[in-house]
Parts: sequence; structure tokens; C-alpha cells
Amino acid sequence: MELEDFTKKFADCFHQTSPDSIQAGTEFRKLEEWGSMMALIVIAMIDADFGKTISSDDLKNATTVSSLFEIVKNK
Amino acid sequence: MAVFSVPNIQVKGISAAVPKQVEDNNEFVLLPEKERGMFINTVGIRYRRVAPENVTASDLCAAAAEKLLDELNWNRAEIKILVFITQTPDYIIPNTASLLQQKLGLSKTCIAFDVNLGCSGYVYGLSVVGSLLQNMPGAKALLLVGDISTATISMRDKSTAPLFSDAGSATALEFSKGHQVHFNLQTDGKEFDSIIIPGGGYRNRFNEKQLAYTEYEKGINRNELHMKLDGVKIFNFGLREIVPNIDNLLSEMKIEKDSVDYFIFHQANLLMLESIRKKLKVAPEKVPYSLYNYGNTSSATIPVTLVSKLNKLLEAGKAKLLLSGFGVGLSWGSAYLETESIVCPEMIEI
Repeated sequence: MELEDFTKKFADCFHQTSPDSIQAGTEFRKLEEWGSMMALIVIAMIDADFGKTISSDDLKNATTVSSLFEIVKNK
Repeated sequence: MAVFSVPNIQVKGISAAVPKQVEDNNEFVLLPEKERGMFINTVGIRYRRVAPENVTASDLCAAAAEKLLDELNWNRAEIKILVFITQTPDYIIPNTASLLQQKLGLSKTCIAFDVNLGCSGYVYGLSVVGSLLQNMPGAKALLLVGDISTATISMRDKSTAPLFSDAGSATALEFSKGHQVHFNLQTDGKEFDSIIIPGGGYRNRFNEKQLAYTEYEKGINRNELHMKLDGVKIFNFGLREIVPNIDNLLSEMKIEKDSVDYFIFHQANLLMLESIRKKLKVAPEKVPYSLYNYGNTSSATIPVTLVSKLNKLLEAGKAKLLLSGFGVGLSWGSAYLETESIVCPEMIEI
């Protein structure tokens, strides 16, 4: 599992936010589109593409895409 | 894991009833306009049915049962079992099945009782009714399953209000040699509070403080008598437990997954159901969804889907069905059954 691949798949979850504007260092919870629906979409993506389960606390504890990647990687 | 078969039972008919009143999530004020489309596309729910104050889950089930019994042309004296599955009974005491026995004109020799289950209730109900019926040659049974969950939610809570909808159903079963239904039923009470109405029961007895609203976050206001739902926990539960439950049932019973005609899931959340479908490696045309038009009707979602999406097919010929219910409890289960030209009338509106 690579950060670049994770970031791309994370960015692809969004519909209204341009994928180019989401980088490893992006503070995703500050994105206008982020909300409870986006959280479920990201959880489903991580389950399907990386076979890992993340919780609400994991999402709250991550600030950037790369910090979420680290949490997922260490599961 | 409780994998078992109930012999000598057969489903002869399924019907469902909903209230006439329709709510549209595209006009749901707690969600900002730009979020409504995203909600409908992701969760999959556009329209919801809402029972007026004078309509209960038992009224919806009774309407479904009356229609079904008329179309089956069954003699009501032959019905020896009535089980009512609900989380929204008419009264705290007595059980609602007794009222339904009287309302439907069933005999005094009929067994009648309630079971408190939600999302898994239809599958569990089939096992309960079937287990009794298998020892009663010549007998007929009614499984009535329904809820008016909209009466349990806060209309100021955007985490529950756009999800829930009301419906009742009736399923007719008959003692029938050579037919059977297979089950895999499971429970995990560790996360019992993932879906809960915390107040008003006998653990937290009713008091006036329970009526006070708390704002948990913007758009999420409720009191202790309203349903609370931890969406992420339930979502992860669905992703974790449902596929192995179904796979184990099919492998234990030596049923080829490809031979199943339709997989009918509890209609919780489209994103979750599509994730489960993909993990199961089942084609989209084998997994009908009713949640766009009817929302999450709790215990009734499986019969509502069968009636609204498959009734013509079920009436016309044979079908191999895998049913999967999961949620509150946490409780979940799957059932495999084969039907043949059952009575399945169009959706009833009252």
C-alpha cells in the first residue's frame, strides 16, 4: 500500500471537489464537501480497496490524507 | 453459528402495506440543498412513507394480512400460528399479536405472540414460525412483520429522520412435506447501543428530563425517547458480518451461489448494500432495491422489496431466494428458500 495510490483513491471518493486539489497534505476535514456521507464513502473505499476497517475515531484523529494513510497502514 | 434447516414448511404468499403519505428527501429541510442529492445518491433513499398518528404497525400488517388471506382463499380457522415481529407495538402491555388474532377473526386455538426485533426480524420470524409449524401437519401460519419507525425518530435529527419509513407485511406459511427453509442466525449484544431508544423502558424509566432535547451537533437534536443511531458502527458491522454469514449458509447447505435467483437485503443504505453485493460477487440484476421509493422500513424491508420489485415474478413461477436481515441488537441472519407461484399482490396503500 503506497501513499500515492491511497491519496488518488481518497480523492476519487469526492464528487464536487477537484481530485487535483486533494494532496497527501490536504486537511480533508476542512474540505467543503466533507461530511458524514463522505465519511461513509471513504470507509467503504478503504474496506474495498485496502481490506481495512476504520472507525469514526480514526477519521477524527487524522488531520491530513497522509495521517489517515498511516492509521490505515498500521491496522 | 446457528446454521439449521426447518423442514416441512413452505411460503404460500407475501403481501405488504404502506401509509399513503409520502415524504420526499429532496425537500428535507435539515439537509442543505446541495447535500440532498448526495444523500439520495449515496444512501439511496428518496421517498419515505409516514403513518399518521392513528395508524400503527399492526394496522398496516392487518391490511396486508386481510388482502393476502382473501387472495389465498384460506379458511381462517385453519391458521394455528400468528407471530407479530415489531419494535413499535400498539401498547407496552399487552402483546399486539393478541389484538391481531381478534382483529383478523382467527380461532381461539391459534398461538399468537410478539417478538421484539427490527432489521433482522423478517428472517428470524420465518425461523420462529417455521419451527412451530413443522410439527403441525395440516396447519397454516401467519408471520406479520412491520414497524412505524417514523414515530420513534426526532424530526430535528438529520442522522435518522431521512432514513426511516413505515410499512407492514404479511407472510402466509403452510405445513408442506418435502419443502424446507435454511437459516443462519447470529447475534452480538456487545454493540447493543449502536441503535437504541435509551429512555422510556425499564432500565432508564420514564421521567420528564427524558423529554428535554439535546443538540449533539448542528442538525442533530433529539431527546431520550428518540432513536439514536451510530451510522459508522452500523456501516462497519454490515461490511464485516453479512458476507461471511451468507457464504457460510450457502456452503453449509451446499447451495451454489450462482443458482440463487435473487438476494434480498435489508434496505439500510445503498452504499453499504452495494459494498456487500460486490464482496459477494453477485450481479446487480440479482439484487433488487426498494429503498429509493420506500426507505428503511425496519423489519419490513425484505417483504416490501419482494412485493414492490418481484411480485409478478414470484406469482408467475419458481424462485430461489436468499434473504438477509441485519441491524439493531445487533442481530443478523440469512435464509434460503424456494418459492413456487406464490400469491403476492401489489403494494397496498392505506
